[in-house]
Amino acid sequence: MDASLFLNAIAAGILLGGFYAAVALGLSIVFGQLDIVNIAHPAFIVAGSYLVFALNGGFGLDPVIAGILLMPIFFAVGVLVYRVYYAAFERTGRESLAGLAFFFGLMFVIEVLFIIFYGVDYRLVEADYIGKQIEIGLVGIPWRMLVPFCAALVMTGAIYLFLSRTFLGRAILAVSQDRLALQLMGADPVKIKQIAFGIGIATAALAGALLIMIGPVEPTIGRLYIGRIFAIIVLGGMGSIPGTLVAALIIGLSESIVTTYIGPSWAPTVAFGFLLITLAVRPQGLFGRL
Amino acid sequence: MDANGRLLDVQGLTKRFGGFVALNNVSMHLDPRERLGLIGPNGSGKTTMINCISGALFNEEGSVVFRGEEITGLPAFKRAELGISRSFQIPRPFRTMSILENMLVPMEYAAWGRVDHATHEDRAMEILALVGFQDRARENSGNLTQVDLRKLELARALAAQPDVLVSDESMAGLSSSEVDEVLEILFKLNERGVAVIMIEHIMRAVMRYCERIYVLDAGQLIAEGTPEEIQGNPDVERAYLGE
Amino acid sequence: MKVSGFWIGIVLMLAAGFVLAGVADNQFLFFAGYVILQGLIMAVAWNVLGGFTGYVNFGSAGFFAIGAYTAIALHQFAELPLLVLIVIAGIVCGLIGLGTGYLTLRLRGVYFAIATLAMAIVFESLITNWDYVGGSAGAYVITPAEVPFFDSFIEMMFILMLVLSLICVAVSRYLSMSRMGRGLASIRDDETAAECMGVPTLRLKLISTTVMGVMMGVAGAPFPFFVTYINPLSAFDLLIAVNAIAMPMIGGTAVWFGPVIGALLLGTIQQIVTVTISSELNILIVGAVLIAFVALAPRGIVGLFQDFARKRREGGK
Ligand SMILES: Nc1ncnc2c1ncn2[C@@H]1O[C@H](COP(=O)(O)OP(=O)(O)O)[C@@H](O)[C@H]1O
Ligand SMILES: [Mg+2]
Repeated sequence: MDASLFLNAIAAGILLGGFYAAVALGLSIVFGQLDIVNIAHPAFIVAGSYLVFALNGGFGLDPVIAGILLMPIFFAVGVLVYRVYYAAFERTGRESLAGLAFFFGLMFVIEVLFIIFYGVDYRLVEADYIGKQIEIGLVGIPWRMLVPFCAALVMTGAIYLFLSRTFLGRAILAVSQDRLALQLMGADPVKIKQIAFGIGIATAALAGALLIMIGPVEPTIGRLYIGRIFAIIVLGGMGSIPGTLVAALIIGLSESIVTTYIGPSWAPTVAFGFLLITLAVRPQGLFGRL
Repeated sequence: MDANGRLLDVQGLTKRFGGFVALNNVSMHLDPRERLGLIGPNGSGKTTMINCISGALFNEEGSVVFRGEEITGLPAFKRAELGISRSFQIPRPFRTMSILENMLVPMEYAAWGRVDHATHEDRAMEILALVGFQDRARENSGNLTQVDLRKLELARALAAQPDVLVSDESMAGLSSSEVDEVLEILFKLNERGVAVIMIEHIMRAVMRYCERIYVLDAGQLIAEGTPEEIQGNPDVERAYLGE
Repeated sequence: MKVSGFWIGIVLMLAAGFVLAGVADNQFLFFAGYVILQGLIMAVAWNVLGGFTGYVNFGSAGFFAIGAYTAIALHQFAELPLLVLIVIAGIVCGLIGLGTGYLTLRLRGVYFAIATLAMAIVFESLITNWDYVGGSAGAYVITPAEVPFFDSFIEMMFILMLVLSLICVAVSRYLSMSRMGRGLASIRDDETAAECMGVPTLRLKLISTTVMGVMMGVAGAPFPFFVTYINPLSAFDLLIAVNAIAMPMIGGTAVWFGPVIGALLLGTIQQIVTVTISSELNILIVGAVLIAFVALAPRGIVGLFQDFARKRREGGK
C-alpha cells in the first residue's frame, strides 16, 4: 500500500471531519436539543456561502471574517423563523408532519432564490492563503482545508463551553431534557428555544463561509449535506456536542478513505450507511443518553 | 384457561427503563369473570404493568400467560385480537376521526374475527349510548374535553369486545354521579362474563367494584386481598401516606 | 350510489382523454397533460404513505428515478414493450419500498423522513456510478416516429399516463375507503393506540410503503421515453421531488381526492408559469405555496371547502 496516499487520505479526512462538525453543529442544537427537524439547515449554510461570496467579492473581506460578521444577522433570521414555526406548528401541536413540510418548502425557497439571483454556476471566494499548502513529510495540507478545520474547532469549542458553562446554555439543555429544572430556573421555554434556534442558524453563517472556502458552491449543493448532517447527529447521539465532533471526524475520515480508494462518486453513500447502521444497531448514538 | 383455571397469569414480571426498575418480579393473576383492582401511589408501576400485559411495552423478565397461552413476546395487536383490551390513562383518541369512527377501529381490527361485520355500527352505537354519546357519534373526537375523552377511551376499549378489560384511571375527573354511571357499565359488562382489571385512585369505586385487589408500591407488590383486607393493611396505609 | 358515481367519473375522464386525442392537433397539450398526470400519480403515491399513514417521505424522487432507470436498463437489455417495462419497474420499486420500509419503519416518523431523504441521495450515487445506464452522462432513448392507433407517440404517452393515473386514483380511493384505510388513519393519528386496538401497524405500514413504491415506479418508468434523454440530474429533479409533497399538502392529505385536486391545480399553474415566465420562478411558487398551506391551511383545499361548507350550514340554521 502506498503510504503517502494513505497518510494524505487520513489527513484530508480529519480536516474534512472538522469542517463537517461546523456544518452539523447548528442542527445538532436545533434537532438534538429542541427536537425541531430543520431540514432546511443546509440551505441556510448555502445562503451563508453566497452572502460570504458577496462580501468577499464586493469588499475583499476574508471569508472567515465575513462569516463571523454574518452571524448576528443569521441569529435574527433564526429567531424569526422559530417564531413562525412556533406560531404555526409547535403551539398547535402539529409539528411533526406539517413542520417537516414547512422546512422542506423553506429549503426550496432559499435554494431557488439563489438560483434566481446568482444562477446555477459554481461560485468561489478568494483569499491569499487559498491555493497554498503546507508540506509535512509525505502529507500536504492545503490552507483551504486547514483554516475551515481550525475555525470549526473553535466554533465547536465555543458552543460547547457556552452550553455547559452559562446559565442560558444550561437552560437550552434543560429545554428538552428537564422541564422541571427549567421551571425552577424561571425560564420561559419558548424564549429559550427561540434563542437556541437563532444560535443554530447563526452557526450556519460561519459554516457557509467554510463551505465556500473548501470548494466552489452552487445553490443546491446543500442537499448533499442533509444525509451527512443527520448521520453525524444521530451517530453523535442527538445533541451531544462532543458526540457531534467525534461523529463528524468518523464520517469525514470514512469518506476520505472511500474517495481515495473507491472513488469520489461513492462518498455520499458513506453517511447513509452510517445513518442506517446507527439507527438499526444503536439508535441512541455513540454519546447518547437513552 | 390454563391448568389452574386462571384467565390471565403474570409470573415474575420485571420491567426496566434504562437502569430504573419500574416493576420488580411482580406476579399476579386474574380469574375468569373476576373484578380485579390494581392500586398504588403515583409512579408505582400500575400503567407499566398494563403496558406489559397489553403488549404496548415488552417486559425483560417473567411471563404473561393468557388462557393458558404464552403471550409474552406477542405484539400488542395480536393480544387485542385474543381479547385483551385496555383504555389509556392519558387519552389517545384518533384525533382526525369522529367518535363513531374511533369505535370502528377496534371493531374492524381487534374484534374482526369475533363479531358479525354487518352489525358493527349498531354495536358501536349501543356502547356509545352507555357513556351518553348516542347523539354525538358524528362529532369530531379532536375537540372533546378531557372528561369526554376519558369516556371515549372506555367506550373504545369496550368496542374491542374484550374478554379482559383493563381500565386505566377511566374515572379520573368524573363527577360523583358519573363515577356511579361508569361503575354501572362495568358491573353490567362483568355480568356478561368480561373480566375487569380496574386501576383507580377513587377508593370508593375500587372498594365497591373489586372482588380482589393488588397493591403496588415502587414497582413491588406489597399486598393482595379483598377490599376489607386491603383497607385494614398497615403496609398499604404506609405506602399511601408515606412514613 | 357513490361508488357508481366514481366509476362513471373514471369512464368520463377516459373518454375525454380519447376525444382530446382525436380532436386536438396541438402537441404541446399532450406534453403538458403528460407532465400534469405524472405529477398526479406521484402525488397520489406520496399520499398513500404520507397522507393516509402519516409517514412523511422525502425519497419520492428516488423511487421515481429508480422506476425510470429500471425501464432504461431493461430497454438496453431487450426491446421490451413499454407496458412490460412499466409493470417490471412497478414491481422493482414496490420491492425497494418494502425493503426500505422494513429497515426504517420501526423508527420514529422523523427518522423515517430523514432516512428516505438520505436514501434518495444514495440512489443518485448508485445510478451515477452505473455505466450500463449511461452513468452521469445519461442515456438516450429512440422513440418510434409512428405508433399504431394514435396520431403521434406523445399522444399515446398521454393516453397511457391517463390510464395509469386513473388506476392509481382508484387504488388510492379503495385503500382510503376500505377497512384498511381506517387502519392506516389510526396509525397516522396514534400508532400505539392503533396497535392496542388490534391494528397490525407494521404490516399496514409495509403495505403502504410498497403501494407508494409501486406507484412511484409506474410514474417513473415511461419518463425516459417521454423526455428521450435522461441523466441522474433530470431523474432526481428538484421539482419532481417537491411536487410529490406539495401537491397532496395543498390539495389535502386526509382524503383520496385531496392529492388529485392539488396535482391538477398546481400542475396546471406550473405549466402556465413555466411557459410564460421561468421554471425557477415555478419552483419558488411551489415552495412558497407549500409553506403557506402547511402553515395556514393544514387540511389543504379540501379542508378549506369543508370549513366553508360547515360555516354556511351553521350560518343557515
Ligand atoms: N416509557 C418510560 N420511560 C421511562 N420511565 C418510565 C416510562 N414509563 C414509566 N416510567 C417510569 O416508571 C415508573 C412507573 O410509572 P407508571 O407505571 O406510569 O406509574 P403509575 O401508573 O403507577 O402511576 C415511574 O417512575 C415512571 O416515571
Ligand atoms: Mg398510571
